[in-house]
Amino acid sequence: MLEQHLPALAILLPLIAAPIVFILGRSTVVWLLATFTGAWASIVAFQLLLTTLAEGAIHYSLGGWSAPWGIELTVDALNAFVLLAVTGVSTMVLVYSKESIAKEIDKAKHGFYYTAYLLAMAGLSGILITGDAFNLFVFLEISSLATYTLVSLASDRRCLTAAFRYLIMGTIGATFILIGVGLLYMKTGTLNMLDLAERIAAFDRSRTINTGLAFIVVGVSIKLALFPLHRWLPPAYTYAPSAVSSFLASTATKVAVYVLIRFIFTIFGPDYVFYDMGMDMVFMFLAIVAIFKCSYMAAVQNNVKTILAFSSVAQVGYMVLGISLVTTTGLMAGLIHIFNHALMKSALFMAVGAVFYRVGSVEVHAFKGMGKQMPFTMAAFTIAGLSIIGVPLTAGFVSKWYLVSAALQQNLWVIAVLILLGSLLAIVYIGRIVEAAYFHDVPEGRDASKLKEAPLLMLIPMWVMVLANLYFGIDTSLTTEAVGHASEWLFQSTELLEVAQ
Amino acid sequence: MTEVLIDLVLLGMLAMTALRVIFLKDLFAVVMLFSIFSFVSALIFINLDAVDVAFTEAAVGAGISTVLMLGTIALTGRTEKKNSHSSILHLVVVCVTGAALIYGTMDMPPFGNADNPIHQHVAPRYIEDSPKEVGLPNIVTSVLASYRGFDTLGETVVVFAAMIGVLSLLGTARPTNKRATPESGLAKHRVLHVVAKIIIPFIILFALYVQFHGDYGPGGGFQAGVIAAAALILYALVFGASFAHRIVSPRQLEVFAPLGVLLYASVGLVGMIKGANFLDYNVLASTAAAGQHYGIIIIELGVGLTVFAAMLGLFYAFSNQVERSNVQ
Repeated sequence: MLEQHLPALAILLPLIAAPIVFILGRSTVVWLLATFTGAWASIVAFQLLLTTLAEGAIHYSLGGWSAPWGIELTVDALNAFVLLAVTGVSTMVLVYSKESIAKEIDKAKHGFYYTAYLLAMAGLSGILITGDAFNLFVFLEISSLATYTLVSLASDRRCLTAAFRYLIMGTIGATFILIGVGLLYMKTGTLNMLDLAERIAAFDRSRTINTGLAFIVVGVSIKLALFPLHRWLPPAYTYAPSAVSSFLASTATKVAVYVLIRFIFTIFGPDYVFYDMGMDMVFMFLAIVAIFKCSYMAAVQNNVKTILAFSSVAQVGYMVLGISLVTTTGLMAGLIHIFNHALMKSALFMAVGAVFYRVGSVEVHAFKGMGKQMPFTMAAFTIAGLSIIGVPLTAGFVSKWYLVSAALQQNLWVIAVLILLGSLLAIVYIGRIVEAAYFHDVPEGRDASKLKEAPLLMLIPMWVMVLANLYFGIDTSLTTEAVGHASEWLFQSTELLEVAQ
Repeated sequence: MTEVLIDLVLLGMLAMTALRVIFLKDLFAVVMLFSIFSFVSALIFINLDAVDVAFTEAAVGAGISTVLMLGTIALTGRTEKKNSHSSILHLVVVCVTGAALIYGTMDMPPFGNADNPIHQHVAPRYIEDSPKEVGLPNIVTSVLASYRGFDTLGETVVVFAAMIGVLSLLGTARPTNKRATPESGLAKHRVLHVVAKIIIPFIILFALYVQFHGDYGPGGGFQAGVIAAAALILYALVFGASFAHRIVSPRQLEVFAPLGVLLYASVGLVGMIKGANFLDYNVLASTAAAGQHYGIIIIELGVGLTVFAAMLGLFYAFSNQVERSNVQ
């Protein structure tokens, strides 16, 4: 019976668990319930991905009202793939949360943490699988409010300013998206994405639609922290609790990249966005500046969480660069990197959180000598770091490989070289931390005997993510099949529309 | 012609209020102007025949949010701090955004034209078939609660999420140990006491009317929840928070808000158990029309409960903070 409801379940599981968790309050039960919900949602996402790969897109009419009158959930290879990454990683971070937040969040606020976490998950899943442009905005609101709350929960008071900044920028982004959707609605009279696509095709080049496109692109770019609209991100990831940084870095910006892809390819159509409006050059330029500027910024920071945050902005640059190449391979590279980056960044932030758990600091010098004291944590950090750099046999290599070959396909030698140079910068910022961990002793005055390995409940999820990095670096059949389908569909979406009608 | 004139006057007032807000340094006056801004917007919505929206704007924008902003000022102080940043870049960004919006209006469908896409595509079915399919005279409620019921569930969760956010920051209000004494609140203002006692029952009655009459006229759970919360906020302001806590305690509100969301979602789940899609009300009763009716009444109750609990919960959290800062 549940099979037909899979799309709804993906959103409803966390959505219904959140209020229940809030009523139950703080206790281990809440953690168990949240983790169980996350695990179930991941299984649902996996089933959805298998179904879409085998049978094509799934349409689910909420309330039994067919689109465009009612709201429809539309699951295809693209969003099922991102959904799997989001739910899978969030579940692992939930497992990790128990020990981590015990150290970093006031005990009275644990109930708030799990409630907000599940709400954010529900919001992100909703954004991913809804087929309705306004419904997307509603879920964007849910996930945004919940993530601002999550950032503000840390014991470090500086998280409040960071959360406030995030809130202001995020709200501006959401408002821009709403204005854009409003302009589209004004011109087309519909909110369903496929219906919008069909009707926009009749109106493109109208000033109202152009403005709608501009507002949506700017709004989504704030949400995905595209350079130069990224300035809310480093403080938010630095001062948020480690578990929250791990969750946000691997899900929130990734979902925003998905929204960008969905709006460009499904709703507006790549021809209109890239050939008529020339957005590909804008994206390419900003992506390359993001890769270099933010990798450089990462290399000169002293706080490891800030380093990883700047690295995230640079990695978003790679995703956008893939999209801006406007080829199937380029889009595949962008999509694979969404998935792979979620795997590596969650592992890295988990390792940093484990060091904080023992040392109480996330400065680079706090990592000195940790290679000996916390061998498993630092090994995890090193492998995930190699994945960020793009070393063969890690997931990061697959992303870079597709990206470089996409650039070479179009004879963009300069771009290919720039991608490789960007990886060199990643060696610098990851290398500094690894060097501190393995080639320095624990500083004087710090009692080395107290710096033990992190608790098992932190190590297990961390190593699950690390092993996933290795697995998807070696066996790429699932990822390439999913993104292959997704990008082919996206480029044919205009033709698909005609079939659907 | 008169309608256009009214619109122009109202829009002019709106622009003047907004300009004044930018230049004022006194935050108390700014909050009052915000309230006026919402009220004028509500009038514009009425002129556009969007009565439900106007109702919400008046209740939320002009009502509750003004109270909450005043609560914030009580905590932070009344005057704006000097801004040391240069604001030229900001001004440029705002001007570009404004210019883009004006550019976007140039191909806009003509204002109020019946041939516009928004009136021609999905709207005809809502207008012609909803009395049959959903069975409610108020089309707005049909769209919000049934056709697009999933959005409304989402909005209810947004309200819940906002409550979670504020409570996690301000801390949950715990009932004070001291007995409720008449000294708390505006005890000396006899006139306020008498007037409040007279009008509070009517406000609550009106809230119930709006809650249950939303199917027929403007209104529904959102507005009703806000109005009911306003009644208790008035009570708390005049007689003191500890008296209000005795009627509805903060702890109860922390249960009501999630319960409303669950109530809403459970209606959808029952539909799923009965073999239909999530939020399909047709299968809830023997006939589709009765099912729609039951479904909408229950989800509106869920919305009302969450909105009431969230609004009052936010007020409690603020007043608790103000009291704490007064003690220190």
